[in-house]
This record gives sequence, C-alpha cells and structure tokens, in this order.
Amino acid sequence: MGSKRGYFGEYGGRFVPETLMPALEELERAFLKAKNDRNFIAEFESLLKEYVGRPTPLYFAKRFTEYLGGAKIYLKREDLAHTGAHKINNALGQALLAKKLMKKERIIAETGAGQHGVATATGAALTGLKCDIYMGTEDIRRQNLNVFRMNLLGARVLPVDTGSKTLKDAINEALRDWTTNVRTTHYVLGTVFGPHPYPMLVRFFQSIIGREARKQILKKEGRLPSLLIACVGGGSNSIGLFSGFLRDKEVKMIGVEAGGKGIESGLHAARFAGGAKGIFQGCLSYVLEDEDGNILQTHSVSAGLDYASVGPEHAYLKDTGRVQYTYATDDEALKAFELLSNFEGIIPALESAHAVAEAIKIAPKMSKDAIIIINLSGRGDKDVQEVARIKGEDSSLRSE
Amino acid sequence: MTKKGFTVRKKLEQIKKNGRKAFIPYIMAGDPNLEETAKRLKILEQSGADIIELGVPFTDPLADGPTIQRAAERALNSGTTLRKILKFLVDFKDKINVPIVLMTYLNPVFCYGIERFFRDAQKANIGGVIFPDLTVEEAQPYRYFAKKYGIDIIFLIAPTSTPERVKKIIRASTGFVYYVSITGITGASLKLDKTFEKHINFVKSLGKPVCLGFGVSNTEEAGYVSKYADGVIVGSAIVKAFHENPDKAYGFITSLREAI
Repeated sequence: MGSKRGYFGEYGGRFVPETLMPALEELERAFLKAKNDRNFIAEFESLLKEYVGRPTPLYFAKRFTEYLGGAKIYLKREDLAHTGAHKINNALGQALLAKKLMKKERIIAETGAGQHGVATATGAALTGLKCDIYMGTEDIRRQNLNVFRMNLLGARVLPVDTGSKTLKDAINEALRDWTTNVRTTHYVLGTVFGPHPYPMLVRFFQSIIGREARKQILKKEGRLPSLLIACVGGGSNSIGLFSGFLRDKEVKMIGVEAGGKGIESGLHAARFAGGAKGIFQGCLSYVLEDEDGNILQTHSVSAGLDYASVGPEHAYLKDTGRVQYTYATDDEALKAFELLSNFEGIIPALESAHAVAEAIKIAPKMSKDAIIIINLSGRGDKDVQEVARIKGEDSSLRSE
Repeated sequence: MTKKGFTVRKKLEQIKKNGRKAFIPYIMAGDPNLEETAKRLKILEQSGADIIELGVPFTDPLADGPTIQRAAERALNSGTTLRKILKFLVDFKDKINVPIVLMTYLNPVFCYGIERFFRDAQKANIGGVIFPDLTVEEAQPYRYFAKKYGIDIIFLIAPTSTPERVKKIIRASTGFVYYVSITGITGASLKLDKTFEKHINFVKSLGKPVCLGFGVSNTEEAGYVSKYADGVIVGSAIVKAFHENPDKAYGFITSLREAI
C-alpha cells in the first residue's frame, strides 16, 4: 500500500466530479464502520454461507492434469457460487452496505459480461432495493441470457449505445446516473477499480476467495501452491485470490489479460502489454490510450475482460514484480473453453477460460509435484450461445 | 505592479467593480473543426462574452450530457486534440480580447505532461483551466504549475459539497469558483434544490467570485440565476444552437448576454 490514502504506490486516487466526492466520503466511512461492525460482518458471512453456498470447493482437476502432464491443477470453483460467478461476493456486500449503513433506496451498476449485473440485481432483490443496470448494446447482444436473468430478478437493464458500446461506456453512464441521483442511490461498482474507496472495498469483499483457497490447499496438500493463475479484467477475482497469498513469497502469481486478436492487431484489452499510465474513470492506473490521452477501443471475445483500464492495485503489483501479467488471445481462450469442458465436464466462463489457457501453456513445463490453483471465476452457461455463433463462423475452432 | 497572467481573476474583479455580471459561454474546440472554432470564438466575443470557456474533446466525458458528448465526438472525428488546440490558440491569441478558460478532462493533460501543459497554455495566452474530474485532494501538482505559469485554476463546487469541502475548494480556486447548479451532468434541466439559495450564499460569503453553470438553457434561467452569482456559464444550449441553428446562434447568445 502507498503512504497516501487511497493509493497503491503511485496508482489509485480519486479523480471524479465534485458532486460525487461527498458520496465517496460517505461510502468510505460506511465501509470502515462495516469492517469493524460485528453484526454487519456476521450477517454478511451468514449470507455467504447460506445464500451464496460458500465455501466454494477447491477441486483437483485430475483428468485435465493428466492431459497436460505437468503440475497438479486445482480449480477454485467460484463458478459454483450462487448466480454463477465470484461477482456475488462483492455485490451482496455492497447491497448490504447500501441498505443497512447508508440507508439508500436504489442501487445501480454497470455490467460487461452481465455477471456483475445479475449479482447486483440479486443483491437488490434480496435486500429489497430498486435496481438499474447499465450495459453496452454490444454486450447485450452477446450476453443476452444474462439480460433476461436481470429482468427476471426485477432489475431494469438500460442499454448504452455510445462509444464502443461495452463495459467502459456502461461505467460512464452509471457514473452520470450516480452524479444525478447521488442522494438516494448507491453505485455498486463491480471491480477493484474506480475512485477510492472502491478498489479497497471490492478487494475486501472478494478476499474470501483467497482466504478459503489458502486454507483448502493446506488441508489437501499440506503445503502452499507453486502458482496462482487468474484472469484480469478490472481485476476483482484475481485480487480476491491473490490477496490470500501476497505474503507467501514462494507463491508465484500470474494475471491473464485479454489478448483479443493479438497485441500487434491493436484489437485487444491487454493494458500491461499495450497500455501506459493514465487517469480514467476515477483513478490513475494503466490505460489503453492514444498519445493524446484519449481512450482506445478494446476487443475481447470475453465481455468481462473487454475494458481499457485495470485496477490500480494490479498496476502496483506489476511494477513491484509481485505478480506477473500476461495475456491469452481469443483463440487460446476458446480452445481452453472447450478443453476444460471436455476433460472435466466444467464449462468455464470465457473470462475464466483465459486463466485456463495460461495453465495449458505453463503446466506442462512444470514438475509433477508443483501445484497450480486456477481461479475459475465464473461458469460458461452465459457464453454457450456466443461460442456457438463464433464456431459457426469459424470452423477451424471445431474440436477434432 | 500587476502580476502577469491570471487574466480571469483580473477580468472578474473589473466586472465586479463595475457592478456587472459575467457572461461565460462554452463551446467545444474542434466542433466540427478548428476553423469553425475560430469563427465561433469571434461570434462569442462580439455578442459580449466576458470570458470564454473552451472545451477539449475527450472520448469519455463522464460529467457531460448527450449534447456535449456528441460535440466531443464531432471534434474527435475532425482530429482535434489538446496539442492541436494549444497550437491553434498560439496563432489565434492576438485575434481575440476575451480571456479563454480551457475545460479539459485530466487524462489529456496528464498524457501531455502537467508542467508542459501549463507552460504551453501560458504561451497560448490561456487565462484559466477547469478540470471537471480533478478534486482538490489530488490537485497539488496542478495548482503548483498553474501558479508558476500565471494561469487561474478553477474548481467546481456541487450542491452536495459539505461546508468543509466548500472551504477547501474556495481556498484552492483562483479566478473564480464554478458553482454546479444541480446534482447532474451538463445539459440536464435546471431543477434547483430547496437549499440552493442558502448553499450558494454560503459559498459567496467566503469571498471568491462565484460563477454558476450546468443546466442553464435559456434567457429566463440565465436571468434568474444571475441574481445569485457573479457570473453565468452557458454550455450545452450554445453548443446546440451553433450545431442545429447556426444562423440564429448570434441572436440567441446576445439575448443570453442581455439577460444576465
């Protein structure tokens, strides 16, 4: 952590219109209070257990391990959490915070893949809050199932047709809504991004992933893993897992960004491979931007990774070398999507398939007693239709 | 001896002394191109603008409503960048007698280089800067270089700003403070809070000139809010007038001037 409040090294901060500053200060106060409020924590933990179904299993992927012929591969099964992804941990925490400590009547959120939108709509239904979700029209097209789920849960899905029509534009619109309705509304930001205190707040609610995984691997193997792998969009599932092991120097960590159609093509969302420092949507971090400071369009087959910036803590972890960052292309992720489905009967979200793709590359080179934990951040039901569409277009992706 | 630069504060002091109110129109630089911006700046000067707020286009203008978002898109489509705007103003500075305040999101400035930006802004005779996404907490380097290069730095106060925040913002602002009339984005309708009068009077009681903007779209509204402020900023309505009805823009802008 940096010495300045809300900073990770030189990254983070609060770069927002003044209208939102009192709300961010209120949120920070509520968060600090909640952290030390036994009743709040007890209620949150009880919901994680009874409602979300935690702890999620740490599953040894035997056939996948044998196929790759190297390190032992464990999957942290966030895909088995209620609503099908890790997003519920944070959405539920923030919905409780909005309802109990800040007495708001409405929550809003942005969503890319739709998982955070579904999780927020779920949190709203559970706590009895009104809920609106902003979603880019391109994402609405490719994640239609989740749009239907959000509606079913009583939320309105508001289409965003500006810019690239994806996650970043949904965040802009959510911030505009929040600026307008700040007195009655809490903005449930879905990742470890944006102005302070969001990166810390979301990390807090997601850190359960790493705490569980650490306990589970010690129980199963009696030792720590050699390597953690997680995909990085904004970066909440990866921070959730990594945070449990940051002090264990022997545990290596890899964050996998969306390589899209390759870095040279310019059609990707690999901020560490192709970005530079910038100030965007509330904080200072790595950003895909042109030399004039305008934000570039991104591309990924996975809507949840299709974003121009990355959480400030990741920028810090990259600079310090604690975490290594790499990327997987669309094609690699699609192959991983099929392989894991075939070998384990587990269909991963396209986002998580990026982490699986990295394991496919690296596990065969590691010794057989090495241990890898992949964060399987979400399940792939939402992606089946889109993958079928892509496969129809490109027969080379058909499995042999 | 008067200090060089800081033309915004000097202008407002003079207006206040004369018992007038400042009229501050806004346009987006490069909408639809910089040649047209040159013409529009002259029109604004002729219609009696005291200060002109000039927007820098940005791909993700999160404090702006649809009118200014689309103006930014048109400007970006014509290749307008912060660099080109600064160059344009260096050439244009002798053709205009009204102080220009640049309104830009932070990232273009951050990527340009903070000191380099203020140095080049001075060369372009820019009187002041407004960064809608810069909070006082993060402002230290920006304030430092603004002062060094004789440029006023204007912060925004919102209806939600607490008294403690108002005081901090007033201390940091030079030239004037920008009072955001509504909780909302630019171009939204002007729905003033019940506590508006009390809040803005508190802001004014702290001594700095206060100019009000956001949501002021016609002469009635401009006239009404001018009673509470030292100046009125009109943005979206003017951007819209130039874009949709360029022949009538001069008349509309003059009528705003007269209403204030």
